[in-house]
Amino acid sequence: MQTTHFSIDAARSAIQERSTTALALAEKHYARIQKDDGQIGAYLTLCKERALEQADRIDRMAAEGKPLPPLGGVPVAIKDVMSTRGVRTTAGSKSLGHYIPPYDCTAVARMEASGAVVLGKTNCDEFAMGSSNENSAFGPVRNPRDLGRVPGGSSGGSAAAVAADMAVVALGSDTGGSIRQPASFCGVVGLMPTYGRVSRYGLIAFASSLDHIGPLARTVKDAAIVLRTIAGRDPMDATSADVPVPDYVAELDKPVRGLRLGVAKEYFGEGLDDEVRHAVESAVDKLKKLGCEIVPVSLPHTPYAIPTYYLIATAEASSNLARYDGVRYSYRAAGVKSLSEMYRRSRDEGFGAEVKRRIMLGTYALSAGYYDAYYVKAQKVRSLLTRDFEEAFSRVDAIVTPTSPTAAFRLGEKSNDPLAMYLADIYTVTADLAGIPGISIPCGETQEKLPIGLQILGKHFDESTILRVAHAYEQAA
Amino acid sequence: MKVTEKDVAYVADLANLELSAEERTGMVRDLNSILDYIGRLNELDTSNVEPMAQVSDRYGVDESKQGSARFAYASREDIVEGLRKSLPQEVALENAPDADGTFFRVPKVIER
Repeated sequence: MQTTHFSIDAARSAIQERSTTALALAEKHYARIQKDDGQIGAYLTLCKERALEQADRIDRMAAEGKPLPPLGGVPVAIKDVMSTRGVRTTAGSKSLGHYIPPYDCTAVARMEASGAVVLGKTNCDEFAMGSSNENSAFGPVRNPRDLGRVPGGSSGGSAAAVAADMAVVALGSDTGGSIRQPASFCGVVGLMPTYGRVSRYGLIAFASSLDHIGPLARTVKDAAIVLRTIAGRDPMDATSADVPVPDYVAELDKPVRGLRLGVAKEYFGEGLDDEVRHAVESAVDKLKKLGCEIVPVSLPHTPYAIPTYYLIATAEASSNLARYDGVRYSYRAAGVKSLSEMYRRSRDEGFGAEVKRRIMLGTYALSAGYYDAYYVKAQKVRSLLTRDFEEAFSRVDAIVTPTSPTAAFRLGEKSNDPLAMYLADIYTVTADLAGIPGISIPCGETQEKLPIGLQILGKHFDESTILRVAHAYEQAA
Repeated sequence: MKVTEKDVAYVADLANLELSAEERTGMVRDLNSILDYIGRLNELDTSNVEPMAQVSDRYGVDESKQGSARFAYASREDIVEGLRKSLPQEVALENAPDADGTFFRVPKVIER
């Protein structure tokens, strides 16, 4: 088996210089998927025809000596919550098992316009609800580093595909940690941009005020290239921000000396695995040696982030998922006699246990008599959590934390205890609630050779700084 | 605030979920366990805190502007098919579980 381990620039240059072709590179990736994905389960759908057509277009450009766009011929994977015209998009749910979108997600369209070759759609927790990828209606994904363990979730397929060299980069989505936590578990880079930085148009909605699209990659530079490609205002998403997109790649090599990095004690408390703690502390030491100033900061409301998140996210989900009614494009139960029975049975048969649990929790939190006590209360605490970051960022340029309290856990280990599963997101949900960007990069391994992730959080629209810190650490490590 | 079987039946009804007897029992257990944990929010006095519904009304906008002026960039002319063409009818019906070429078909709505 020839290698499929390329960076974006290496792949693009090889095609540009004609030492390989986009077609050959795509075929090599499909051969790798054919060989390895049976045991990993990263992909749900392959779109070979679409991929080879795009590869051919890139190869013709290269043959004519035209400069290739930044992702020219680069094989990529797309989490199956992003709509792809003509290619089945399931969101990991039986309710969308046969859904073929009539249009493309903006982020996917921008990747392709920049030359990317979309190999296929990756497995995920149903409607991106989960932290282990065990909630997919199409079976779990296994961690390429240890097949007995979960890849994290909900972008488990995207993280696994990148970790196992079955794609150069992938797109994932992050609502409570769903890019960063699987990146951490699989030993890759995962970037959640600022809310509004990347258009959500064509992303199957989970919680609209918390959903973000971002890259999973093997290097920080590749993540920066992808972000530069997909970021920016899109008239199709009213919440996409009208903020200029800097050249994230050009900014990577700016010095980190003198940057002030915050360390919050709330992220190093009870529940943090000792091996993870040591790895993250060593990473902080390394950043200090690189010239960063380490500053203690406090984010006092952190213990309230999980309950806040699980009220807001489920409330928004209960509303967003009302559209799966069995009428227009989602699963319809057979043999129903009335409209009401059709709705209820279609949803009951189409949704998995975790999705139903969240719809129930969200509906409960929004229902008469509980709205103020739960939903509005959570929105108020969301303000407090955001204020914590504002205060901290008045003194520091970025904040470093563990991405997850543990390395990858075993399949089945938490699947019968929803609350234990929710706590896997304890270090990631706050950034989603505040809308700030965060990146997870590998920072060592446990004794069992499981990857550990370092999370770097930044100010709104300041992805440049966290990418720069991540890049400096990666180069030094 | 303890969730009962009756609450679960009521909420399932609001959410248009059927739920088997077994699912209802599990839901009572899970919702109570989660809501018990969520109860810790009551430790916080939030009487003078504004609720936050969105990130995009504060960040990435011109804070010197007020109200809808902040989002002037997101408004557009009210033109039919101003952003994109509407889906042709046959495309809109392609994913339907049941359609007759013109309409989505559903079971009888009104009994008489």
